[in-house]
Parts: sequence; structure tokens; C-alpha cells
Amino acid sequence: MKPSVLTGEHYMTGDEACAEGALAAGCKFFGGYPITPATEIAERMAARLPGVGGTFIQMEDEIAAIASILGASWAGVKSMTATSGPGFSLMMENIGLGIVTETPCVIANVQRGGPSTGLPTMGAQADMMQARWGSHGHYEIIALAPASVQEAFYQTITAFNLSEKYRVPVLIMADEIVGHMSEKVRIPEAKEIELISRLTPSGRKDRHKPYAAGPNGVAPMGAAGQGYHMHITGLTHDEKGYPAMSVDAHAEMMDRLMNKIRNNLDDIIITEEYLLDDADIAIVSYGVSARTSLAAVDEARRMGIKAGLLKLVTVWPFPEEKIRQLAEKVKGFVTVEINLGQIHLEVQRCAGGKAPAYLVGHPGGTIISPDRVIAMLQEAF
Amino acid sequence: MTGKPKKAAEINQMAHPLDDLLRTDRIPHIWCPGCGIGTAFSACLNAIKASCEDLDKVAMVSGIGCSGRGAGYIKLDSFHTTHGRAIPFATGLKLGNPELNVIVFSGDGDLFAIGGNHFIHAARRNMDITVICVNNLNYGMTGGQAAATTPYNAKTTTTPVGNPESPFNLPLMAYASGATYVARWTILHARDLTLSIQEAINKKGFSFIEVLSPCPINYGRRNKEKSLDTLKAYQDKSIIKNNAHPADLETDFSKSIVLGKFVDTDRLTCIESYDKTCRLG
Ligand code: SF4
Repeated sequence: MKPSVLTGEHYMTGDEACAEGALAAGCKFFGGYPITPATEIAERMAARLPGVGGTFIQMEDEIAAIASILGASWAGVKSMTATSGPGFSLMMENIGLGIVTETPCVIANVQRGGPSTGLPTMGAQADMMQARWGSHGHYEIIALAPASVQEAFYQTITAFNLSEKYRVPVLIMADEIVGHMSEKVRIPEAKEIELISRLTPSGRKDRHKPYAAGPNGVAPMGAAGQGYHMHITGLTHDEKGYPAMSVDAHAEMMDRLMNKIRNNLDDIIITEEYLLDDADIAIVSYGVSARTSLAAVDEARRMGIKAGLLKLVTVWPFPEEKIRQLAEKVKGFVTVEINLGQIHLEVQRCAGGKAPAYLVGHPGGTIISPDRVIAMLQEAF
Repeated sequence: MTGKPKKAAEINQMAHPLDDLLRTDRIPHIWCPGCGIGTAFSACLNAIKASCEDLDKVAMVSGIGCSGRGAGYIKLDSFHTTHGRAIPFATGLKLGNPELNVIVFSGDGDLFAIGGNHFIHAARRNMDITVICVNNLNYGMTGGQAAATTPYNAKTTTTPVGNPESPFNLPLMAYASGATYVARWTILHARDLTLSIQEAINKKGFSFIEVLSPCPINYGRRNKEKSLDTLKAYQDKSIIKNNAHPADLETDFSKSIVLGKFVDTDRLTCIESYDKTCRLG
């Protein structure tokens, strides 16, 4: 058996670090389908998984890839897939199944320019709203956005932990730039990595209810083959997992799905701040654009402009409360992202008119230069 | 016959011999009177009982549709997934825990139209699962639309003057894609069907059984076939021809319905092959 955790210093791409993070998190199943710029995650998993007692399978399309990881998760295995825009669109159907059946799994979307085939080899951050709302119906989801190769490693572990803890598909919303850049990564000793696994049921197996929530709103999860004789369905269901076609049953299930996330926001939401305490202007950014923004904050400070950065590590659920608090004290917000205004709309919504919100966006294909952020700071404030 | 005939109330309280495998708290089921799915389903449950020593290790996966409700009635681990995706879900389940005996029970629309791509690839890679397709020649759940299995010229709600397209030959598709066990029966041949499912479950590799089954409510009604007429046709037109070449099977069931076991071969399963090829050293 080869080690799951490649302790040491490495020089690798963001995609490869994402795969190594998954392995370090205990991922033992990857169902994939090739797509630029996420293919390297599948390739690394194909090479590494059999050596650590796991299984890689290349499925016939992305629909099958995500269906397979849901199946593997119900076999009790931590599972993952990775894709980019077009494949992410195909996965939406079964992301919904994962949400409603409360199936832990991780989906990496290494974003490229869209719509449609778009810019396969060039980066973007334009699937952020699709990550939030892409599958039909109303739901809560968790999405992270790595800004560096090192973060691709750690955030993938976080993604698995959150997914196991809250029984929800977790999205890693990376981008082509981080996915394909090479940087130094430090992988710690296995014992230094905190891992969370789903709670498993106790008590009489014949009385097991797959959706009877525990104290944090999440139900312990059995696996197929353990004698629980569970029924799991994409239909609206009750605690027993049985289809329940009524307005009340639907409301009850929806409450559970929403509340397990909404009541645990403090545990789930991760943000980082840089020079935000005394800032007049809050720059909000995530993923590779957070690096643009970091450079812009330093430059602005040199110019005497009091800018600070709120970096979203988890983009969904959105840190509404944080933006509300900032809106009380800053002169305005600038959101930096490689799309034409997605998270910007959230910032604007949460600022609630108390502070203006501006966008430094880009249609996609390249990183945003810090100069454009500086120009916006000078123009707007 | 001994004793007095039982009254209806007494009969209702009698235990069904398959009760131990049924979620009796979910009965009555949704299937219409005269529908054949129940017969196909009980054949499947009987086969599971006969061939699976450890029922804890059996899992059923269904897609969407009338037959897709099967997973909701079996009192074992059961997964009612999205439309067409039962096979890739089952693939992950099996790869995640190779000890599981995974049975896909679903309909023709689910497995061969929206899920057709998954079917051929699971057969190609010889996934060790058993796929039972209840073929009722149309989409019953949504009210009787044309399917990839609807006979030429048949009437459905989306082919009101007759189907201009031709149906798939399902056993041929399974065979051509690499399935190692292929059979076809009708619900009238419940005993053969049960034995065949038993054989398929015991068989390593991708096993496929097509079960012809009447849908009197949506297909029969529009094609002047009562449930009994369909069963009569199954009796009159069917010929059991084990080992018939799937390419020779008639797709026009009004001419003949060839039944039997057509394919029973061996090759490495997906998991065996993965272990052999990828887990070197
Ligand atoms: S619609 Fe047809 S297939 Fe569906 S339950 Fe009724 S008779 Fe059976």
C-alpha cells in the first residue's frame, strides 16, 4: 500500500494538489470524466487511488460520474468527482439528488470561460451562481474557492470534512488559473490533518431512520450492506426515507435541509481578512482574484487609500452577516471576480444600500490586473 | 380443496409469502390493476430470496417511472435515483463495496432512452450487477408516451396516429455491448423468469433480463389490448428458443415473441479486471 498522505514539500499544480488533498482526506472513490482544465485531477486520482486501496473509474459522461460518486458514498466510501463548466452543467441533476438524499461527496469545478464550450483552456469564475442555484428547487449548498495551490490542498480536505459533517455535496469552485499554476505545497504529517467522517447510526438496525436528525440537524448515516435496509429516494420523503407527497412533509424536509446549513453558519463559513480593521473600502474577493485583490490592497495602502480585503474561503453559504457589519462602517465595497457580476450582486444585496458596491469584473480568460482595482478605488471613492 | 373458502377480510389479513421482503407499511402500491410490474417484481423478490444468502448484502437501485418504484417496496437497502441514472449509481455502489449484490430494477424508458448510454457502458465494462428491465412498450408513469421500445405504428399520446419510429432490440443491444448474461421473458412466464433472475444474480458480470409486461392503462388502452389480450398474445406468440442469436430476434412482437436465455458467457468483471490491471504491486 502506498501512503495516502504525501508528507513533505512538493512542487505541483493546483489540480494535483486538489487530488492530494482528497487522498489526504480519505477519499477512496473517484468517478470522473475528462475535461479541460480539470482532467489532471482525474489523472492523478487514476494513478494514485489503486495504490491506496481506492478505486478510480472513468465514467461515460459527467452525469454518470456524479451518479457513481453518490452510489459510492452510500456504500460508505468518501467519494469525489472533478469537472469544469460543461460537465458541471451536466452534473446539476444529480447534485440535486445528493442534496435531497443528504449524500456526502465532493465536486471540484475548475472553472473556465463560458457560456457553453467557451474558453476551455482559460480561467474564469463565472459559475458561482450556478454553484449556488444550478440544480432545480430551493436548497443550501457549501462551496469553497482556493486561491493557491497550497489552498487547493487544504480546501479539498475542508470540503470533505464539511461534506461528511453536514451530509451535503460540497463544491470546490477552483479556476483554471489556480488549477494549472505550479507552486510549492507543504503536505503535513497524516496525524496533523484533522479529518471528519459522517456520524454512523447506533441502536436497533430495524428502527433506523435515515433522516432522523441529531442535535446539529444532521442525521447519522448508514451504508448499504450494513443491515439497515434503508430506502433512499429523490422524492420528497419523511424521516424514514419514505416518499411523502404532502405539503407538510415537504416543508418538514425542506426545513431540515435548509436549517442544517443555516443553523451552523459559524461553523461553516470561513473568511480571511487583510487590513480590514481600519479600512474605508472593503474589497471582497475569492479564488485567484483574491490574489489580485491582495496586491491591490498593498498598492492602495502605499498610495494612502485605506483599503482592506475580505477573502471568501467559503463563498456559499454567503457571509451575509459579515457584509452587513462592514456596510455599517466602510465607505463602500469593491468586488473583484472573473465574471460580469455574480458575488458582486450578493455584496450589493447584503450592503442593503448602506454602502455602495462596485464591481471589478472580467468576461473571462485571464486574471484581473491589480491596476484595474486601483483605478476603481480612485474613480469611485 | 379442503376447508371453506376464505372471506375477503380474512384474505386481506393473511401474510403474503414475500412479506418479509416487502415494506408492507408502503402497501398499497401505486401500480394499476392489470399492470404486469407486480408480477415481475415478485419474480425478482422470489429470486433474491432463493439466491442471496445474506440479504443484508443485497441492494436494489431504480430510476424513475412505474417500474422505478420497485426500489420503494423492497425491504432491503434500496435507492430510488434520478431518471436514467440507476446504472451509474449502482456502479458506484458496487465499486464502493464489491461485497454488495446490486440489482437494478427499472423500466424501458428509464434504462434505454434517457439511460441508454449508461446501459451500454456498464455492459461494456462488465460491471457485476443484474439489470432487470420491465418493458411495457411506453412511458406509463407520465401517461403513455412513445418510448425507445414502442412498436412501429403503435399509438401513444405522442404518436397519436402511430409511431413512425422503430424500437430497439434490447437483448441485441445488451449482447453487442458486452453483457455476459442476456435473457428475455414475459410476466406470463413467471417461473422461468424467476429462475432466470436467480441465475442472473448468481452470475458474475453484467446480467440483463428483459421482462415484457402489459401496461393496460396507458399502452393497451390506445392499442386495443386489454391486459388479458396482452397475456394471450404472450401465450400465443411466444416461442422459447434458448441460445437464439440476439440479432435474429424479431422486434415486431405482433409476429413472434422469442423468449429464453440468449447469452451466458464469462469474461473478467470490471472489478476483477481493475484489480488485475491497476493494482500491480
Ligand atoms: S401506467 Fe401502465 S405500467 Fe404504469 S402502473 Fe399503470 S399499468 Fe402499470
